[in-house]
Amino acid sequence: MEEQLIEYAPAPESRAAVTLRDSYEPFIDGEFAPVAEGGYLTSVNPADEERLARVGIAGKAEIDRAVAAARRAFTTVWRPMPGAERGKYLFRIARILQERSRELAVLETLDNGKPIRESRDVDVPLAAAHFFYHAGWADKLAYAGLGPDPRPLGVAAQVIPWNFPLLMLAWKVAPALATGNTVVLKPAETTPLSALLFAEICREAELPEGVVNVVTGAGDVGSALVNHPDVDKVAFTGSSEVGREIARNVAGTDKRLSLELGGKGANIVYDDAAVDQAVEGIVSGIFFNQGHVCCAGSRLLVQESVADEVLARLKARMATLRLGDPLDKNTDIGAVNSASQLERVRDLADTGDREGAERWSPPCSLPEQGYWFPPTVFTGVSQAHRIAREEIFGPVLSVLTFRTPEEAVAKANNTPYGLSAGVWTEKGSRMLWTTENLRAGVVWSNTFNKLDPASPFGGYKESGYGREGGRHGLEAYLG
Amino acid sequence: MADTRQKRRGSEEDSAPRLAVRKTYKLYVGGSFPRSESGRSYPVASPEGEHLGNASLASRKDARDAVSAARAAFGGWSARSAHNRGQILYRVAEMLESRRKQFVAELEAADGENRADPRRAVEAAIDRWVYYAGWTDKFAHVLGGANQVSGSYASRSTPEPTGVVAVLAPQDSPLLGLVSVLAPVVATGNTAVVVASETAPLPAVTLGEVLANSDLPGGVANILTGRTADLAGHLAAHADVNALDLAGAGDAAAELEATAAGTLKRVLRPEREPEWFADPGIARLASFLETKTVWHPIGT
Repeated sequence: MEEQLIEYAPAPESRAAVTLRDSYEPFIDGEFAPVAEGGYLTSVNPADEERLARVGIAGKAEIDRAVAAARRAFTTVWRPMPGAERGKYLFRIARILQERSRELAVLETLDNGKPIRESRDVDVPLAAAHFFYHAGWADKLAYAGLGPDPRPLGVAAQVIPWNFPLLMLAWKVAPALATGNTVVLKPAETTPLSALLFAEICREAELPEGVVNVVTGAGDVGSALVNHPDVDKVAFTGSSEVGREIARNVAGTDKRLSLELGGKGANIVYDDAAVDQAVEGIVSGIFFNQGHVCCAGSRLLVQESVADEVLARLKARMATLRLGDPLDKNTDIGAVNSASQLERVRDLADTGDREGAERWSPPCSLPEQGYWFPPTVFTGVSQAHRIAREEIFGPVLSVLTFRTPEEAVAKANNTPYGLSAGVWTEKGSRMLWTTENLRAGVVWSNTFNKLDPASPFGGYKESGYGREGGRHGLEAYLG
Repeated sequence: MADTRQKRRGSEEDSAPRLAVRKTYKLYVGGSFPRSESGRSYPVASPEGEHLGNASLASRKDARDAVSAARAAFGGWSARSAHNRGQILYRVAEMLESRRKQFVAELEAADGENRADPRRAVEAAIDRWVYYAGWTDKFAHVLGGANQVSGSYASRSTPEPTGVVAVLAPQDSPLLGLVSVLAPVVATGNTAVVVASETAPLPAVTLGEVLANSDLPGGVANILTGRTADLAGHLAAHADVNALDLAGAGDAAAELEATAAGTLKRVLRPEREPEWFADPGIARLASFLETKTVWHPIGT
């Protein structure tokens, strides 16, 4: 890397916006209730391993109480309420999310390790937008194309991952509430804090007790929740492996299921692409949120004739990425969310070396504390390599080449996943042909990682089923 | 002068009654009518126990072949224009109409449940093809959309076929039930591997003959006869099957759904009390579609 003449001064966001409590409890029936016997887990800041808070682990008793509270709220308050009134609660929540946006962004960055630039400019505004969008649906469900009188399903068990804790909460909770369902949410064990702050926001909005409940803990808590007999709907975002297990458990019951699972998105760069734009898209496609993105463009497919040029510019661009303190406003790449995730990323990257791919990272010093992985690109990757097939869920890009559009599409589709893909070309007919032939639920063309509450998101094949967002997303919560 | 030897069966003047040519019921796979690879068949009887014929007892290998045929046909079928698919589905209705009497007779012999009015069941089956023929170029209007996103982007969502769909046809409605589950699958551009009603498979085989004469490309609809329980588990686990319709699964539905979870197949659970004569609506069309959302920047 060329030596920079002028180094950026640190520009850390103040932590004062957040008051962390020493201890957090599950949120059940409108109250934060001490756990009876489940014990506590510790949520740490992945950037420096600082202990942030201890969080109660919900046991069977808490899960039972949360589901019962959600059931009671469903039958007595939420379902009977006119849609227009339900909608006003969601509008309120959207407004409070906006009003407390700085607090939420800082908390999210502390708990998750993502750059404040992303939590502040993407996660929190989009979460608020999701509530705002769905609020408007609450009294218009008869126009959603699902028949004149669509009915809520009942109690929704929702299990969300750690990569976008607040945003995934919004994706799950907003449509469930808008359609008249009540919710028991289980946030990820490493990132429960924004969900518990959201619970406070529900109280501030005076949402009726029991409509939203938050049970905290690890995978076994999620499993107990989705298998609870009094749950009518299960919504899960996470790994395909866990998704399969949930689908197996839900089989033969009346529970409705929607799954947003893994991906191994192809990002196709044709020889006529605007290279600088494409390089920006490649970077945001794989390094956004440290690559902890199920729809990440983790497989770069670049046309052979421009591969050298694209790679050279990509490496030059990667050399300008700033890795470090997530609370610094100039940081591009934050911390990997947990020690175990860092281990997984390292393991998979090492298989890339062993299988003969060539690894490159820009010169970059990693902080001594915390969980860090440098932005990494592998070239000389073949389709059989594990790094080309398995979701790494980290800042690791695998580069393959192709010669013809047919080959690009065949390689892009050669995966059990089918969540996202990217296409870079200046030629409209080629863009349309490619997007039509890709087997993926979201295709970004000359852009990447764009998300909006009005736009359906979800996968083909083993990336799961059902859509979130837009008119399509309502279907998962209506019968 | 008429040759008395050519007189038809049933003629009063017959000295010896003509021996009927019995039909050999085969599978319908990849546009052809193979016997089962296993070489086995099973006897099919009417509800009264009258022997109606021997149907092929499809093996796992037959099911695999059918999936391969369906996969091979998928690219071409899904790429056809919606208008063309509608033409072909309508053509199926035309061909069925012309063989209406044959189907009424066959249903009369085979079908316990709808026996009271086989004519009505055949007519409803014909009309169902017409119904779905009219949907092929309209479901994208109804199920797709332009997404009103923030920023200078076009974001559009379009329904696309999910791929190869394995269909366990209803057990007690061998023609109307079968058509009701098959037509929506192929109308949307999917290809199908259908396991016919186990006890009343013969109308399905005859429907295969109609499909073969209807410009429906070989492999788009494949019809297997045999033991549903033997074939269903294999299809539910098959990695190249994208979706599973459990209409005729009976008690095995939960187990099959659990098997299908291994490859995260789309599963349509069986209805508790299906009413095949009722207006089918759009639910079955929507069950085997994926929504693809495409984003593009807008600018000059």
